[in-house]
Amino acid sequence: MANPTITPGPASAAAVNKRIRRGSIEPIVFNTLNAIFMIVLVIVTLYPFLNTIVVSLNAGNDTIRGGIYLWPREFTWQNYKAVFASGTIYNAFWISVARTVLSTVLNLFLTTMLAYTLSRREYVFRKPITLIFILTMYFNAGLIPGYFLMKELHLINTFWVYVIPSMISAFNMIVIRTYIGTIPESLIESARIDGAGEFKIFIRIIFPLCKPVLATIALFVAVGAWNSWFDAFIYTSSRQELSTLQYELMKLLSSSMNANNNPAVAAGAGMTREAAASMVTPLSIRAAVTVVASVPILLVYPFMQKYFVVGLNVGSVKE
Amino acid sequence: MEETLRNGRTVRKPKKHKKMTWSLIKDQRQLIYMSVPLLAYIVLFAYVPIWGWTMAFQDYKPAKSFSDQKWVGFKHFEFLFKDDSFLQVLRNTLAMSVINLILGFVTAIILALLLNEIRKVFWKRTVQTISYLPHFLSWIIVTGIVATSLASDGIVNDVLLKLHLIKEPIQWLSDGKYFWGIVGASHVWKEVGWNTIIYLAAMASIDPALYEAAEIDGASRYRKMFHVTLPGIKPTIIILLIMSIGHILEAGFEVQYLLGNGLVVDWSQTIDIFVLKYGLAQGNYSLATAAGIFKTVVSVTMLLFANWIAKRLGEERLL
Repeated sequence: MANPTITPGPASAAAVNKRIRRGSIEPIVFNTLNAIFMIVLVIVTLYPFLNTIVVSLNAGNDTIRGGIYLWPREFTWQNYKAVFASGTIYNAFWISVARTVLSTVLNLFLTTMLAYTLSRREYVFRKPITLIFILTMYFNAGLIPGYFLMKELHLINTFWVYVIPSMISAFNMIVIRTYIGTIPESLIESARIDGAGEFKIFIRIIFPLCKPVLATIALFVAVGAWNSWFDAFIYTSSRQELSTLQYELMKLLSSSMNANNNPAVAAGAGMTREAAASMVTPLSIRAAVTVVASVPILLVYPFMQKYFVVGLNVGSVKE
Repeated sequence: MEETLRNGRTVRKPKKHKKMTWSLIKDQRQLIYMSVPLLAYIVLFAYVPIWGWTMAFQDYKPAKSFSDQKWVGFKHFEFLFKDDSFLQVLRNTLAMSVINLILGFVTAIILALLLNEIRKVFWKRTVQTISYLPHFLSWIIVTGIVATSLASDGIVNDVLLKLHLIKEPIQWLSDGKYFWGIVGASHVWKEVGWNTIIYLAAMASIDPALYEAAEIDGASRYRKMFHVTLPGIKPTIIILLIMSIGHILEAGFEVQYLLGNGLVVDWSQTIDIFVLKYGLAQGNYSLATAAGIFKTVVSVTMLLFANWIAKRLGEERLL
């Protein structure tokens, strides 16, 4: 780290820095301090999360005594058992999975289809439709009118309120459209000469070629759907069987903030009575639900890293 | 400009200046089938609810039909600006939003500069991967982690006590004067890694010859950062700033709602929470809608203003 070694590769700022004033101590000091800073950053980012995992694996009645940092003192699976034994949380988990899968599939299909039509230069309605979609990025009608619309459409207290209102995102459409612009025109032309219709071109050519950008968008949409709780809180809170995992976690959070370590609250939060009486506490249950809610994301996101830049580098939205 | 193909179809070559004729529309009917239903969808979900803005100019009663509502002009807006609690909410929103904006930009740019100096690719990728992690966690999880860390027996008080910086644990979340700082720090913890992606991508595309030239002129590492790297990412910073300024009244809702409690209510309530409280909880739809409209109007105005400033400065712009 502190000892510069010559690495082949593109001339980056770092590579150029390496060659400056070999005799001076400055690069060594800088690189050491920089490395220390990065290590601190990693610790600050990871510690709270690792600690949550440890708390979820430690007996709740022992955690209360404090002093749990990076290793469980009384190891137990009890918290996870309690979480999955609780019908409400188990059910909420599957609702979350269903809405995430459905949202992602619908979103990708519809947004890409729209992006393809709006990438066709000869399309007569290209400009007006694009503008109508882009404007939605900068304003919205607001909470109350939105609520009334859901009421009019009879979506309140239905599963579809999680999926239908957010089927297309203008931002994602722009990202995909920009990417479609990099696909050679000749591919589309030759398919057309072979007599393929627009829909067929979209399914057979555009969709497969957009894989890298669709991977990113799929991740964004899926994470967004998995993490959202506000719709459950506003639209479906009176129907327990439609509750999502994040919303259940939110209820646990607010109840444990108000009533620390009260078994009655824990029982109310959907745990079995014997679990509440044993070594499970609201805090340990919350930790376990937190881990369950973040595992799917932790499994996916590191593999998508190389695609992030594609998705974020939209540049400017110019027509 | 028609070509007859092997399969007997005729293909119309796109012309530069096309008129919207019926034959053209017929030609492109597949594109129309693929995009117009989606246009109808977005109009229904993003534009139709704007009709609900009329509620802000009425004494809206849910039981009455539209024609029976009593129109009251700007009464609700006047009430808002004379209402101490709304002014307080506005102050909180602006304060938190500005804190988040400044902290967010400064920390992300500094971190990107430091990451850019790391030579070992594996180490750099590892730090980046870890720093993205919180971005993918929901605010429910993050606020849970924040609340746990800031508890009187939490890690933050633990560390401060062990370093003898404080004599007894600080009650972070029950003292209003810390709240804005906590919200800002939570945002940084969650998003700083993610926000560096776009800057690092911009830095990667800076011409290495510029660094070489700076070096021949004897520039130190810091001068190169200041005179090559920063100007290189300036357009990116400007675009992101314009986008953020449009969201100046979006200080967030989730963090404040989840971390706030009765003790810090004077510092934690934002416009969104105000809308929720008056609108859905108390049924004062007109007042809540007026607050929502105010927010939207300010957002759009600020966006246009920032865009205009950028245009005057001859910088990249959004629209």
